[in-house]
Amino acid sequence: MPILRIRGLTHYFGGLRAVHDFHLDLEPGELVGIIGPNGAGKTTVFNLITGVYRPTEGEIFFNGHNLVGKRPDQIVSLGIARTFQTIRLFKELTVLDNVRIAHFARTRYGVMSAMFRLPQYVREEAEIRERALELLDLMGLLEQANWVASSLPYGLQRRLEIARALATEPRLLLLDEPAAGMNPGEIADLMELIQWIRRRFDLTILLIEHQMRVVMGICERIKVLDFGETIAEGTPAEIQSNPRVIEAYLGEEAIA
Amino acid sequence: MKRPSFSFLTPVLTPVRVAYASLPFSVRRWTMPILLVLFFVVALLSPSFINLYWQQVLIYVGINIILTASLNLVNGYMGEFSVGHAGFMAVGAYVASILTVWVFPRWGLEAYIAYLFPIALLVGGLAAGLTGLVIAFPSFRTRGDYLAIVTLAWNMIVKSVLENIDAIGGPRGFMGMQKLTSVAWVYVWVVFTIYLLRNLVYSNFGRGTLSIREDEIASSLVSVDTRKVKITVFVVAAFFAGIAGGLFAHIIQFINPRSFSILKSTDVLVMVYLGGISSLGGSILGATVYTVLLELLRPLQVWRWVVGPLLLVLLMIFRPRGIMGMQEWPFLIPREERAERVAALMERIRGRREAFAATAPVGGSSD
Amino acid sequence: MQTLIQQVLNALQLGSVYALIALGYTMVYGIIRLINFAHGDIFMVSTYVAFFIGTALMSHALRLPGIVAFGLTMAAAMMVTALLAVLIERFAYKPLRQAPRVSAVITALGVGLFLENFTLATIGPDPRFLPRFFSVQTFTVGGVAFSNIQIIIIAVSAAVMLLLDTIVRRTMVGMAMRAVSWDKSTAPLMGVPVDSIISITFAIGASIAAVGGTLFGMVYTVDPYMGIRIGWWAFISAVVGGIGNIRGAMVGGYILGFVEIFTPVILPASTYRDFVAFSMLLLLLIFRPYGILGRPVAQKV
Repeated sequence: MPILRIRGLTHYFGGLRAVHDFHLDLEPGELVGIIGPNGAGKTTVFNLITGVYRPTEGEIFFNGHNLVGKRPDQIVSLGIARTFQTIRLFKELTVLDNVRIAHFARTRYGVMSAMFRLPQYVREEAEIRERALELLDLMGLLEQANWVASSLPYGLQRRLEIARALATEPRLLLLDEPAAGMNPGEIADLMELIQWIRRRFDLTILLIEHQMRVVMGICERIKVLDFGETIAEGTPAEIQSNPRVIEAYLGEEAIA
Repeated sequence: MKRPSFSFLTPVLTPVRVAYASLPFSVRRWTMPILLVLFFVVALLSPSFINLYWQQVLIYVGINIILTASLNLVNGYMGEFSVGHAGFMAVGAYVASILTVWVFPRWGLEAYIAYLFPIALLVGGLAAGLTGLVIAFPSFRTRGDYLAIVTLAWNMIVKSVLENIDAIGGPRGFMGMQKLTSVAWVYVWVVFTIYLLRNLVYSNFGRGTLSIREDEIASSLVSVDTRKVKITVFVVAAFFAGIAGGLFAHIIQFINPRSFSILKSTDVLVMVYLGGISSLGGSILGATVYTVLLELLRPLQVWRWVVGPLLLVLLMIFRPRGIMGMQEWPFLIPREERAERVAALMERIRGRREAFAATAPVGGSSD
Repeated sequence: MQTLIQQVLNALQLGSVYALIALGYTMVYGIIRLINFAHGDIFMVSTYVAFFIGTALMSHALRLPGIVAFGLTMAAAMMVTALLAVLIERFAYKPLRQAPRVSAVITALGVGLFLENFTLATIGPDPRFLPRFFSVQTFTVGGVAFSNIQIIIIAVSAAVMLLLDTIVRRTMVGMAMRAVSWDKSTAPLMGVPVDSIISITFAIGASIAAVGGTLFGMVYTVDPYMGIRIGWWAFISAVVGGIGNIRGAMVGGYILGFVEIFTPVILPASTYRDFVAFSMLLLLLIFRPYGILGRPVAQKV
């Protein structure tokens, strides 16, 4: 029984067809990559899954829940978290607050409870504080907990973005070009980190990536998009030898 | 958090601070309550040693603190731009006044009016809070400039509606309120407001509010229910503006729709951006400095109305975050959020680290 | 029927002024995405300039013919107001071009209030009247009475709007304006002097407001707070038409003119007109925030 099931997903921006007839089944625990040239519709797929856009056509089921028409925060509460192509941290807030914000949906106390500091608020806040710091510790960010997010070095900002996503306790993690802007050393660390969080948090991961090294190195399956169409699908080895892929994608860009 | 520094006082302050810090926590925890009660007693006794004029100035300072702190929630913490705060103030002022002038006396409660005043204020605040929804719902769909226009339209509509209801005086205004607002009452409401707002700011909702300012879409994608947060923020801000309106009506004893025009809203904006965005301490500072400044400039007559707008423009160009933007006075931060407490918790977590089977790989090259 | 036509003429007259001012809001918004809340007060200043210069020119010593004095007054008001707007842009808005947009909007609000209070402090609150450039002549056609002043207002406004539309659509300056509006970072690479184009836009917007100010002053009184009410109505016109859209601002101006004139006809108390206008604005912003002629802007994620 797949954890994520997408059927016939199609999306138009005005007259422009960004995604056409996209299908995907993700089994629990899988690590699947989506690749394709710029403008192929990869990020749009993420935006459709997470409810930022409402698909023109098609259905998305996650653990039996229909996601179409749900708000992003509702979808996140169901267990899907994501990162962004360009880092979108809460730049002026501390590292700790960035992670604590991601506890929003699981917090039960109400406004009155907060304003009058009722026991429920005090207890839950203590829990959130501790859990957030523990997560930062796990991710190697504890020492920077009080830093303002924008003051972190680039690699750690990427890492914080992943930590923030993990704080929502997802079952499925969507990573949008996590290696963008990283040097080879950082990319090696990142690949190790992705593998590690997958085991540690028992995650299913869907990954968009331009760096062939990352995709070929860690993904079990790969889907290739071009102009919104799925042009190939298979294991890294199959994709590397697929002529259509080489023509549409690998032919243009150097393999890192 | 950076503390404001007053270097010339350092030789005096440092020994005091060190001595204070050496006191046991069981003693220190009572400092704030004792100070608050002490100030309350001073406020209660103030009519016997402060003249009427300065009492009034103090009252205006207090009312402006409430207005500024509540608007800061919207404009500072959430990063929206509301220009209609006076509209909510008007709702609170009229509702509270109608209660004390018409309703309570009609129920034969005239003798107890001083005791019922807080109830009138609360009802006024609730009515204003309810109208806060008028702005909250549009804010789901529009933000930035367009939401600013919505709040502005709201302000104009309130004024226009009040002008057209003849029963409450129409454009001539409403009067007959007793002078129920005193320094002590205002003090109590200011403490109450700042306390409640502080608690809100340092909660899930406060962090959600800040995250909307930083990046609304990212915020909803880390599970923040932005609608819930917006409703909370607009309703709470409107509630306190309503309280301020009620207090205002019962010191000035005469209100008319023009008292709550866009000019009043702009005054509050100046105080927010003068004191500093996302800072309750800044709101206290901004409201105090601006109110006292305008009083001191009274000899300038009409010219003093040029000061506020000019100040606003200069602030935006040279210090857009205000005096204390994004900083907070330490005593306004809840104890468990203060740096030393968080550091202690971090230490405990470090101590437990061994218990975990594994920690995320931290590459040496990720700098 | 006659009263209806009469009212339509009144609405056109008022709508012309709203449209002229709305153009300034919409042009500035179009080019730098700033709601120039000071624009209503720039209009107010223009009527004062017209008042002072017009009064001086019409003094008996000069004995200028009315039409010449009128033309000179309007030209002078246009120049002074354009200069004022350019200075405001240079000193108050330009430093904030990279700042969060809210900062610039607050600044605009501050500049507007400054102009109001400064005028109040220097000139005083008493309403003033522009001199009579022309003796009022009333014509009656088929029972409908209208004055030469009314015709002048409607005709001059229409001519100015037509001229502006031509400038924006057919000249190099207009093309440069549209280029800056589309993409401020690429325009300079194509040789468009962005700063000058922004200044020109402010200058044009302000001079059109000055045309409106001079015309308005011929019919109504001038006071320091007139910019608020007229300014807001013009602003609503711009939003109704779709802010940033020049033809939209013209259409919006006439719509608001009709709203103002016909609200008292439909609703008994004339004081409801603000309520109607602002409720209209509120509903429009909620359901069609891009206005009647505007288009929705897609959000990039």
